[in-house]
Amino acid sequence: MSEIASNDYLECLLKSWSIKPTESQSWLNQLRSQAIDRVSAQKLPTKRDEEWRFTDISSLTHLPYRPSQSECALQASDIEHLYLNEAENSLVFVDGHYSPELSKIVDQAALVIGNLPEFLSTHSATLECHLGQYATFENNVFSALNTAFLRDAALILVPKNVSVTRPIHLLFIATQQEVTSYPRCLLIGETGSNVTIIEDYVALQDATYITNSVTEISLAANAHARHIRVQRENTHAFHFANCAVSLAHASHYQSASISLGSHISRYNLDVRLLDEAAECIIDGLTLISDRQLADTHTCIDHVKPSGTSHQQHKCIVDDSAHAVFNGKIIVRPHAQRTNSSQSSRNLLLSSAAQIDTKPQLEIFADDVKCAHGATVGQLEQEEIFYLESRGLSELAARNLLTYAFGAEIISRIPVTSLRQQLEQAVLNQTQGK
Amino acid sequence: MIYENSTTILSVQGLHASINGTEILKGMDLTVKSGEIHAIMGLNGSGKSTFAKVLAGHSAYEVTAGSVQFEGKNLLELPPEERARAGVFLAFQYPIEIPGVANTQFLRLAYNTVQTQRGREELDPLEFDDFVREKMKLLDMKPDFLDRSVNEGFSGGEKKRNEILQMALLEPKLSILDETDSGLDIDALKIVANGVNQLTNKNNATILVTHYQRLLDYIVPDYVHVMQAGRIVMTGGKELALELETRGYDWISTNKHSIAGEVA
Repeated sequence: MSEIASNDYLECLLKSWSIKPTESQSWLNQLRSQAIDRVSAQKLPTKRDEEWRFTDISSLTHLPYRPSQSECALQASDIEHLYLNEAENSLVFVDGHYSPELSKIVDQAALVIGNLPEFLSTHSATLECHLGQYATFENNVFSALNTAFLRDAALILVPKNVSVTRPIHLLFIATQQEVTSYPRCLLIGETGSNVTIIEDYVALQDATYITNSVTEISLAANAHARHIRVQRENTHAFHFANCAVSLAHASHYQSASISLGSHISRYNLDVRLLDEAAECIIDGLTLISDRQLADTHTCIDHVKPSGTSHQQHKCIVDDSAHAVFNGKIIVRPHAQRTNSSQSSRNLLLSSAAQIDTKPQLEIFADDVKCAHGATVGQLEQEEIFYLESRGLSELAARNLLTYAFGAEIISRIPVTSLRQQLEQAVLNQTQGK
Repeated sequence: MIYENSTTILSVQGLHASINGTEILKGMDLTVKSGEIHAIMGLNGSGKSTFAKVLAGHSAYEVTAGSVQFEGKNLLELPPEERARAGVFLAFQYPIEIPGVANTQFLRLAYNTVQTQRGREELDPLEFDDFVREKMKLLDMKPDFLDRSVNEGFSGGEKKRNEILQMALLEPKLSILDETDSGLDIDALKIVANGVNQLTNKNNATILVTHYQRLLDYIVPDYVHVMQAGRIVMTGGKELALELETRGYDWISTNKHSIAGEVA
């Protein structure tokens, strides 16, 4: 795409934000205006940018979608099927706008949980320390746009030594056509806290729209967080997401991100192990077909010694779909005794399916253990034969193995009802042939 | 055990098979009757595992000559799943791991598939659970075996026990155990052998493919065949295995005169 088209597009997006909200908090106004400046100074990435070489988003310039409206006609009964039984706390956002009517909050006494603007006056200093501090927008036009439009956001602050037993559901529902929504999440886990959040993107319509989301997670010393991310937008959607995670001493972050939907999706996950003995486990599963494109870029940055990271990313690609995985692992000079592993396993179900996978290790310390491996293939003949020798037809054997390939990631999700929904989604896709 | 007037289950004649253009089986002949246990011994590369896989229908091997009759049917024209449903069972030397699929799910799927083909009722998960737990007692298996992913993280002994459990569930006419003793310590070997012994009867037959005599201390064969270069070069009773153990396979090469049948 030409630069003019790109700049016009971004300008057009910025102008579409007719009612710029001004808050009582000057730091927030400042953050927004910095972001707006950064949008103006950047261009939409093209395939000439190394980070976007496999993902062509030039069609976006034809979709200068205005921000979504904050009107919501949904009733709780319309979205009954989207709630998760296990979650007592659900924050629901419709086209990026918080819906207090659809949300359910029970843990208000133990936690800070709700929509960001409600806490701007009471928790200003804390929020200023975290919001926009991890998902930097200096060189990321999507984060910059999201921050420029920042208003509603899911906010969860888990106080010191508080363990939240039940998962918290952050549900983002797309209902409007030809709009852009800007979902935002901020999770702050204080020292010794423990929480599970489910970030869930769904659509209740079949037309094109754009989601541009930013999630920030900050874990203090010894804090634990599990982060389950499910992207099940409709297959006409464009989904751009940035998640930035900051890990303090001996904190523990475990994530599973499942990408099923969207015409074009891009997920950037950046995890920084900023102090000793921090640990992260990163699972990913992409399951796409038709002409979908799903791009996952992760960066795990070991800044301090004795950190641990284990990553497993899997893609199942059918028809003419195209999956991209770029997994960068940085071990900084002082990050001795780092233990890191990465595995990228990919399954092609059709001859037109495409996978680009790239492990990228940048190791500057010498006393480290780093293992990585990438495989791209079809189902193994030996595996199929094993099942056939137990009476299964070749088709049943292939379906079972494809299902198993995805189910390995899903089986580690600790929320039964969600796990069942996802298993069913994998089953539907693998038995569809 | 050898029974009088027992029916022939398997009849292999002049079987030749290749993989990627290399001929591995070069004229196998073998007849197995109901009730019998046959041991096929031989050095690595003699073709004994290939023979096991060819019987089960592995598509990588091409049969170039010869015939295999299974209960009077031409086995070679059946795809592997139909051989399984007809009653041929191969216990793998290296059972495949299937992370993401619970063992119980897999066992029930295999069981029900074969049952349906045999015109019997499927079992629902609860019924199957009772049924499989009963069978697991045969092999001294812990219940958590059912919830773990198929063979994933199983020890060598657990994998082999899982193979014999499948044999117990599928009730084959002909079981082919490919190096079932490899990687087993003596305790596991006894458990596996005991399971197999309880499953053999006068209506089915078993082929044990093994390198060592050790397994045959616990599963006593009626016939011992020695394979070399893709064919059976010597056949005897259970004492032949002991002879091999003490004299080694080299002894065969110089004593082929004792072979019943043709000599190269």
